[in-house]
Amino acid sequence: MAFLDRTARSLLLTELLGGMYVTFKYIFKPKVTINYPFEKGPISPRFKGEHALRRYPNGEERCIACKLCEAICPAQAITIEAEPREDGSRRTTRYDIDMVKCIYCGLCEEACPVDAIVEGPNFEFAVETREELLYDKEKLLSNGDRWEPELARRLELDAPYR
Amino acid sequence: MGFFTTILGQIILRLLETLAVLVPLLILVAYATYAERKALAAIQLRKGPNVVGPFGLWQPFADAIKMVMKETIIPTGANRALFIMAPMITFGLAMTAWAVVPTGNHLAVADINVGILYLFAISSLGVYGIIIAGWASNSKYAFLGALRSAAQMVSYEVSIGFVMVSVLLCVGSLNLNDIVLAQNGLWFCIPLFPMFIVFFISGLAECNRAPFDLPEGESEIVAGFFVEYSAMSFAMFFLGEYANMILMSGMTTILFLGGWMSPLPFVPFTLIPGPIWFIAKICFVMFMFFWVRATFPRFRYDQLMRLGWKVFLPLSLLWMVITAGALVAFGWLPHA
Repeated sequence: MAFLDRTARSLLLTELLGGMYVTFKYIFKPKVTINYPFEKGPISPRFKGEHALRRYPNGEERCIACKLCEAICPAQAITIEAEPREDGSRRTTRYDIDMVKCIYCGLCEEACPVDAIVEGPNFEFAVETREELLYDKEKLLSNGDRWEPELARRLELDAPYR
Repeated sequence: MGFFTTILGQIILRLLETLAVLVPLLILVAYATYAERKALAAIQLRKGPNVVGPFGLWQPFADAIKMVMKETIIPTGANRALFIMAPMITFGLAMTAWAVVPTGNHLAVADINVGILYLFAISSLGVYGIIIAGWASNSKYAFLGALRSAAQMVSYEVSIGFVMVSVLLCVGSLNLNDIVLAQNGLWFCIPLFPMFIVFFISGLAECNRAPFDLPEGESEIVAGFFVEYSAMSFAMFFLGEYANMILMSGMTTILFLGGWMSPLPFVPFTLIPGPIWFIAKICFVMFMFFWVRATFPRFRYDQLMRLGWKVFLPLSLLWMVITAGALVAFGWLPHA
């Protein structure tokens, strides 16, 4: 009987038809597609996107050239050079991130004692040449200026878990 | 009408007839790609192409423009002449087969009395394009894909042949028009139901469609016989493959689903012209192709061969003998 049963099942394609019935039902279910450039999915406050260098509210840059980010960076994507400024404070003269090398691990952000280097929510920074992805200090600071309200809010939301 | 009886007139008339078949066919092929993407998307809870034009309807043309604009790369080690010829063979053969397909009563470019044999021959020749492509590419993946494809097509052609023979026994003619007319009242998919299923599944294998798409198995041999192809030469393979799929649907329609005849033989349905029924039935079979692709995973190669030689071949052979026996026993033989 077991043989007959098995033969009948395979000849009548019961399992195959069952599978096709399942896929057919899915045609009528609501779609999960997000209409991407027009609709976007939610992003966590911890999302690690494009880097930015932040400033204090008085316009002074936060970075004190401690080079902890440069030291911790596993991809060695960060290059920093520093000199004392005229007023005697220690500042960077050069802060470069090679966004092509960067693996977006977020360790620079974690290492920073003054919340200067952060990874923002922006992930749409595609460019047409490789050179445009070699960010310098100017670019990073302008990113910081552009995204500051959002960056501050994200830090605030993530603060309880730090 | 004097002009159309001269030789020049005849040539022009044939050209027009050919265009009348090829233009709708190419549009159907273009939209088959769109329909496949939409159907797969729907089953996978996605939306499919919906950006270019209303509901993404211009997508096939956007794809075509992209394909034409790109550069055709010919590998250094390739046999140039054969490499360029292979997609043309595939595409050309896929188009040639349509000469005999009747889209309405005696509405075929060539209404020849060995139509089914011609179709069978052309679909067998289709494997040459693939073998030549695999060999001329001078790449191991392309070659493996071509070998797989050849073995697969040869195996499944055997059972397709037997299925066709059992249909022909019931018709008593090799003319495609007669085959359709013989189904007046009762489509062959009902009395020959198991053969219909065997034919459909063998058709999937013959077109290298999922779940039998081993020749282009992405996971093991990249893209199979057309790895090295790009731009327009790739597009020709792609179009040829879809044209073959539509042809296989057309053959299923002619042999089992009553060709251009309306499913219900009374007035509101019989008023709709034959070609529309024919296209509607082709679309239905095509949807089955997409549906199967969305449902089943790819076969393993030995399973594929086992199915072809150890299941379909004995089954179709047995059913052919049963059909012949029944026709003789009950005196149903045509022209007897």
